[in-house]
Parts: sequence; C-alpha cells; structure tokens
Amino acid sequence: MKISYYPGCTLNTVAKQFDSSARDSALAMGFEMAELRQWNCCGATFPLAPDNLMGLSAPAKVLSGARKEGDTLTTLCSVCYNVLKRTNKVMRDSRDKRGVVNGFIEEEYDGSLDVLHYLEVLRDRIGFDKVKEAVKRPLKGIKAGAYYGCMLLRPFEDMGIDNAERPTIFEDLLKALGAEPVEFPNRIECCGAHLAMNNDEVVTRLSGAVIDSATGMGAELMVTSCPLCQYNLEKSRGAAAGDEVPVIYFTQALGLALGQDLETLGFEKNATDVMPLLKKKGIV
Amino acid sequence: MPRIGVFVCQCGNNIAATVDTKKVAEEMAKIPGVVYTCDYKFMCSSPGQETLKQAIKENNLDGIIVSACSPHMHEKTFRKASEAAGLNPYQCEITNIREQCSWVHHDKTKATGTVKSVDLTRMTIQRLKKNQPLKKIKIPVKKKALVIGGGIAGIQAALDIAEGGREVILVEKEPSIGGNMARLSETFPTMDCSQCILTPKMVEAELNENITLYTYSEVEKVDGYIGNFTVTVRRKSKYVDEERCTGCGECMEKCPFKVESAFELGLSKRKVIYTPFPQAVPNIPVIDAPNCPKIQKDKCGACAIVCGPKCIDFKMEDRLETVEVGAIVVATGYQLMPNERFGEYGYGRIKDVISGLQFERLASSSGPTGGEIRRPSDGKVPESVVFIQCVGSRDEKKGVSYCSKICCMYTAKHTKLYSHKVHGGQSYVFYMDIRSGGKRYEEFVRGAIEHDGAMYLRGRVSRVYEKNGKIIVQGADTLSGSQVEIEADMVVLATAIVSREGADGLAQRLGIGYDKHRFYNEYHPKLKPVETVTAGIYLAGSCMGPMDIPDSVAQGSAAASKVLALFSADEMAREPITALVNKVTCNACWDCLTACPYTAIEREAIKDRKGNIVRWVARVNDGVCQGCGVCVAACRSKSIDLKGYTDEQVFAAINAF
Repeated sequence: MKISYYPGCTLNTVAKQFDSSARDSALAMGFEMAELRQWNCCGATFPLAPDNLMGLSAPAKVLSGARKEGDTLTTLCSVCYNVLKRTNKVMRDSRDKRGVVNGFIEEEYDGSLDVLHYLEVLRDRIGFDKVKEAVKRPLKGIKAGAYYGCMLLRPFEDMGIDNAERPTIFEDLLKALGAEPVEFPNRIECCGAHLAMNNDEVVTRLSGAVIDSATGMGAELMVTSCPLCQYNLEKSRGAAAGDEVPVIYFTQALGLALGQDLETLGFEKNATDVMPLLKKKGIV
Repeated sequence: MPRIGVFVCQCGNNIAATVDTKKVAEEMAKIPGVVYTCDYKFMCSSPGQETLKQAIKENNLDGIIVSACSPHMHEKTFRKASEAAGLNPYQCEITNIREQCSWVHHDKTKATGTVKSVDLTRMTIQRLKKNQPLKKIKIPVKKKALVIGGGIAGIQAALDIAEGGREVILVEKEPSIGGNMARLSETFPTMDCSQCILTPKMVEAELNENITLYTYSEVEKVDGYIGNFTVTVRRKSKYVDEERCTGCGECMEKCPFKVESAFELGLSKRKVIYTPFPQAVPNIPVIDAPNCPKIQKDKCGACAIVCGPKCIDFKMEDRLETVEVGAIVVATGYQLMPNERFGEYGYGRIKDVISGLQFERLASSSGPTGGEIRRPSDGKVPESVVFIQCVGSRDEKKGVSYCSKICCMYTAKHTKLYSHKVHGGQSYVFYMDIRSGGKRYEEFVRGAIEHDGAMYLRGRVSRVYEKNGKIIVQGADTLSGSQVEIEADMVVLATAIVSREGADGLAQRLGIGYDKHRFYNEYHPKLKPVETVTAGIYLAGSCMGPMDIPDSVAQGSAAASKVLALFSADEMAREPITALVNKVTCNACWDCLTACPYTAIEREAIKDRKGNIVRWVARVNDGVCQGCGVCVAACRSKSIDLKGYTDEQVFAAINAF
C-alpha cells in the first residue's frame, strides 16, 4: 500500500528524526509513505477570520496537488494536519469559498481527498491490533505520557480524529507498543506554541505544567506528535520538577517497538536523552 | 326553492363606517332564494337575536346568513339562536365583513367596503344553498381513566380522579410508584423532606379503592378514541405472586447476590430480588431476571425456600392485559442526560464527580450514606464541593438548547444541605445565570449565598482533573475577569433534564405530538396546557419539559379535572365537522390513512350477502376525526369530503364571486 505523504517544513529541517522514523516504521508495517512530488508550506496557521481566503490558498495548493497523486494524504506534524484537514473541509463543503480559492490558485480542487494523520492511518487503515502483532521490542514497563496538545484534536467538528475532551487514540497506540500509558490531566492543554519565539516565559510556564502534570502521575517518558510541542517540552523541562524526563516523537516509540535500528530512529537528534531510560528498563 | 334570510350587522360603527349595510341588504334581496333581508345595529345583542329568531319563524326560513364579525366571535351565538327558532344550527352561516372587510378598508365613501361585502355575502348565500343539515356527534364515554407514569404528577392525577369518584388504572414501569421524586432528599424552597410528603400520597394511591396499581408494567398498544380507548398493558413478570406476598422481606434478606442499584444511581448495591427502596408501594419485591442465577442457570433458589407464603414462581411470564378506558393521562416524567458526554468534567472517570440526582441520594436519610455527605470514592466527608450548573443545558453544541429550569434551584438547595450537614465545608457554584423565578425562589437562592456561605462564581468550567487526591476544577470567573482553580473533594454536575428514553415510541403509540427534544406537545402552550391534539389524552408533569414539583402537581390536578369534566356526562357531544368517505368511489389506496395526523381513518371491509369480503374502503372514525381536511386533500379519487366544507359548497362559493 502506498499513501501520499506531506512532510511539511519542520520535518525537513529540525525534525528529521520524526520523518525518518515514520517512513521506516511505515515500511515495517507494510505501507509506503510516498512523498508528494511537489509541495509547499501549509501556511502553519488556519486563518482565524472566516473570510480570510488568502490563508487557504497555500494548503489548497498542497491538497490539489496531492489529489492528482491519490485519494488519501497523510501527514505527521499536528499543525500541518490541522491546517490541511480544515482547509479540505472548507473546499469540500463551501461552494462559494471553493470557487474563490480555486480561481486564485488556478486549480479545480473539490475537497475529495481523505486527509489522515499518521495515527489515524495506523488505527483505521492498519489497525492497532496489527501493530501489536508486529511489535518485536515491546516497551515493557515504561510509563509513558502521551501529549496531544491542541491542534491534533481541535476544533472537534473539523478534526474528528477522536473525542476532543477525552481522547484515547494515542494511549491505545502506546498500549499496543507494550508501554503503560499514563493519562495525565494536562495532556490536551496548550504547550505555548509559537510564543516560543517572543514570549518564552509563557511557554516555560505552560509546558512546565504539562511535564509536571505527567510526571506527577508517574510518567517516565513523554511522547509527542508535533515538532513544536516537542521543542517546547524539551526546552521547558528545566522549569519543571520532572527535570529528567525524556521527550520523543511517537514514531520513534513506534520504530523502537517494531525493532528498527536505533540509529535510524535518530534519538541523538532529540534534545533529551532517552537511552538511560531504555537501558534501565532493559529494552536496549 | 330555498328560503334564505340575510342579516347584515352594522356593529355600531365598526362595520357601518365603511360599509353601507342597508345597501348590502337591498342587494341581497335581489338574489333568487333570498326571502328576507335586514340590517341592524348589533345583531349579537338580545334584540338583534330576537329579530333573527322572529324572522326565521315568520318567514319559515330554511337557512340564514349573518354578515357580521369573524365566525370565531359569534358563530356559536347565532347558531344557538337559530336552533332556538327551530332551524338546524348548521344551516346558519357567517360572512365575515368586519375583520376581513370593514376594518381593512378606509374608504369613507363606503364604495369599496360595500362592494366587497356584497360579494362576500353573495358567495356565502350560494354556499349555504348547498348546506346539509348536520347533527352533533354523540359519543358514549367509558368512565374509567388510565394514568401512565407513577411519579408525583401521575399520582396526583390518579388521586384526584379517584377522589372525583371515578376508577383509575395507574401504570408504572418500575416495581414501585414514586418516580424521581422518591429519590430526592429535601425539596426547595421549603426544605421539607421529599419522602415525607410523597409517601403519604403513594400509600393513599395504594389504598384508594378507585385506583388499581399496575406496577412493573408498560403500555404496549393504544387503540380507540376519546371516551373509548382500548389499551394493552404488558405486565412484566415479577416472579412473585402479588396476591399472596405479604411483603415480609425475608427473600431479600436471604438472596446472596447483589448488583448495582438503579434507584441509587450506582451508589450502592441491591439484592437480585428487591424492592427499589424501603418505602416502596406496593411493598412487593420483584426478581431482576437477567441477574438471577436461578432463572438463568437454575442455580440457587434461596428466596423460594425461605418464602413463607410460597409466592415465588420462577416460571412466571409476562402477561398482556387489555383495559378499556375513556381518558388517558400521560405523566412519564424525565431523565438526566448522560454525563459521560462531557469529557471535560471527568464524569465516569473520576469517582467523586457525581450528578445532581446522585447528590440527592447522598443527602437523603434513606440513601446509601444514611444522609451523611460522604464522597463515593473513599467515604470521606468532603471539605469543599464544587457545583457546576448548566451541564448540557443551554448548550446547543454539546447538549440541548433549552434551560432545564430546576437546576438553579436544586443547586442552591444542595449548597444549603451541604452547609447544614458539613459544618465548615465550603461550596462553590459555577453558574451562567441564576434563574429563580417562582414563589419564594429568589429568596431561597439569596439565603444559600448570604446565610449558608455558598460561593457563586459566574462562569464556565473548562476542565476537571485529579491531582494529589484532590479534584482540580479550572474555570473562569467572568465577573472578576480572572481564571480560577479550585481544589475540591467532590464535584456535582447539574445535568440537563431530557425526555425519557422511548418517549417518542410511546407518543407514536398514543398518537400525540412531541418536539425535537421528544418532549410531548400540549395542545396550546398557554390556553390548553394539559391537553393534546388527540382528544381524550392529557399530559402532566415533566414529560412536557423540565418542571419542578409544584408545577407537576398542579398539572396532575389540571389533567384530572379535565378527565372528570369529560366523565361528567354519559355521552359527549362533538362538532359534526368531520370527514366522510364515499364508499362507492374509494379505491383503497390508503393515502388518507398515512396522511391523517390523528389516526382517525380505519379500513372497512365491504361484504357481499354471504359475508365474503368483496373489497376494502376507508372509514372515518367520527370520535377521533378533528375535521382538519388533510385526507380530503390527499384523496386521489376525490372520495372524501369534509362535512360542512364539502367541495360542492366551496366551489359554489367561488363560482358566485
């Protein structure tokens, strides 16, 4: 099985390990992530004003290109996912806006693409039970806190990936990988996001609270699905009591459990070191 | 040749200002068949009516027209006068030349108004020529009522009807009557104990010889019409012989199996053979068959061994009973919206997040904690409790659009109960608005705030989660414009009130209307608050929408008074404006049957002399038909006509224009 894949800018730069671990794990699970032949930045923010159609042109361009290559598009970064999925919905449901945007980007896109997060592909196309069967190196004994952030789940009507107030998709995956998921209160709170650039005090406070909340519930490992969440958590962990808690991408956890080569998973690119924990638990 | 009289009313200056009534009368006199005309200042006055009666008698009129105000005003008056003068009242027709003519025209020369009045009256004359004399429909009435639902509204309705000397069957689906009110601890605004005021009524309902209780029973099928309903009731198997059981309770003592109690909302367990609560009426236990090992696997049977009067029968089966009644009162009550829908509040995940109804059980002296406020997780007395109002109410996105009406009051009551029972405890209430309209209600809420120290915070809660054994409630206080975080030991959700599951199914069986929330529709929200569009079926209590106890009781009594009024005569007279099927041309396509909103159309077999069925035709049940005319429009072969508004009459009027 081949699924079109939109990496987005960060996965080509600061989050290369997110990209490589996802591609390798996909192959191990029997599908190929076929990167779009041509793509551009998604815009990184879904326009907040309903009449700001300019903000839709970049993601619409991505979607229309992807439609020519297949009927499904998957992505990893939560923000890309959020922008693409919501833009796709606008293009599908609103005839007026579709007309304006298509006219501007000179395409005829109708919103017929299925935009799926990698997690959704695993859950709905592959099945977590199949993932469980494929696990070679179970993450036994690791209490892992899955951090959703905001963009993966909200707004619920548009995203629909899981219950926005009480999601389980992430925990279900970790369970399949053999880890013990820790459901901590702040797992769907904001990490501070782009404020990292101009007001890192806020980020330190918010991300610190996320880590505190997770370690308070006994988490030894944080798992994320977004390069910005990853960056903020890694950077802010000094402020929190759980100073030493490592933060990794969920695809790294997946690749680890599927028995991938440690080097291709790119743990050394993370700002936190997960190896001591893995050694302590006897996983590597 | 018909002999028609035309009476044109001046209505003081109401009509005469823009209509030359004398001219109208003169013009009408020229029409063939009209033998008498006049105009008069006030036709509806006593002298006016006398003129009308005299004219009928002296001129031997066989039909009259009063050109005056809307038929809504005085059609009845003039038909009565006609009847007194020996004319069939349905031979009296009204032409509306006031609301539909004089009032809307301002031409003081009277030209427009007069011409229009002449046209309208002439149309009515042609219509009247095609009238058939009609007779009021008389329907015999069975003087026995059925009340569906044994909550406070249903109990009150049953008691009032019984008090009026009529027989009542009270159907309740649970093993005991009492409804949701039996769960409550104290009641606002007087703080008297719910059980103490309810149980005397329950006992009275059991002892009153006019009332028959059908507990553990449900209405399966309803046929018939006002005065003559045939209702099939499923009497679910209790596995206990009601006649012989003495209610000693030995079986419940000895039963070794326990399951979660639905009455206690999961806060405690009950035996598999059980009465829902100690004051149950009737005090006869039932066996919860799906959980009983004897019934499922033929193991145990302890209850049957200890039962003195030997009244337990594991082979007992459901019975279908048919009852004939003249009127039905529907009082099926409400339930709470499932709290699990609101993930942010943690219900179902955090043990000490409970619903308002669960808090009632904790505060009730007959509840699982004996009336002490102890939290479900560890039995600790909570030092602080957060109450969240409007959970699902006024929330179109995740819940329902309407206000659940009673939550503001019961939350205030909860804070009072809590402060009375846990000295030094602090309660917090998150609210959107406080809606305390009602006698002594506002004072009650003020009392909770001012005397009992409840801290009211205007704002919504965004998240509830556990941290170090405490429940953290994050929310907004919009009055101070700040975010608040409260450490609580227990959280109580004032969950939206919704209609009962299956409310729509019952409505369809009864043929009554319901809204998009599945609450039953009253005939008119102001003027007919306990009637339904189906004659003979009345409503009471919160099956119509969220309602507190005083309103439910008032409605129970109101419905009862309607039933008693219906039962006051042996026969009931109804307007004869009903549909009539032409059996010769009806081709049994049954479009009328699907179109009829009142299920008034039946299938009738046409038989030959030997009794073989030759064909089928539609028949209108005059007892049920409301004369709306939908079937007339639906009928493809033009085989249905509405009496008093036949096609012939309508077309005659149009052709006369």
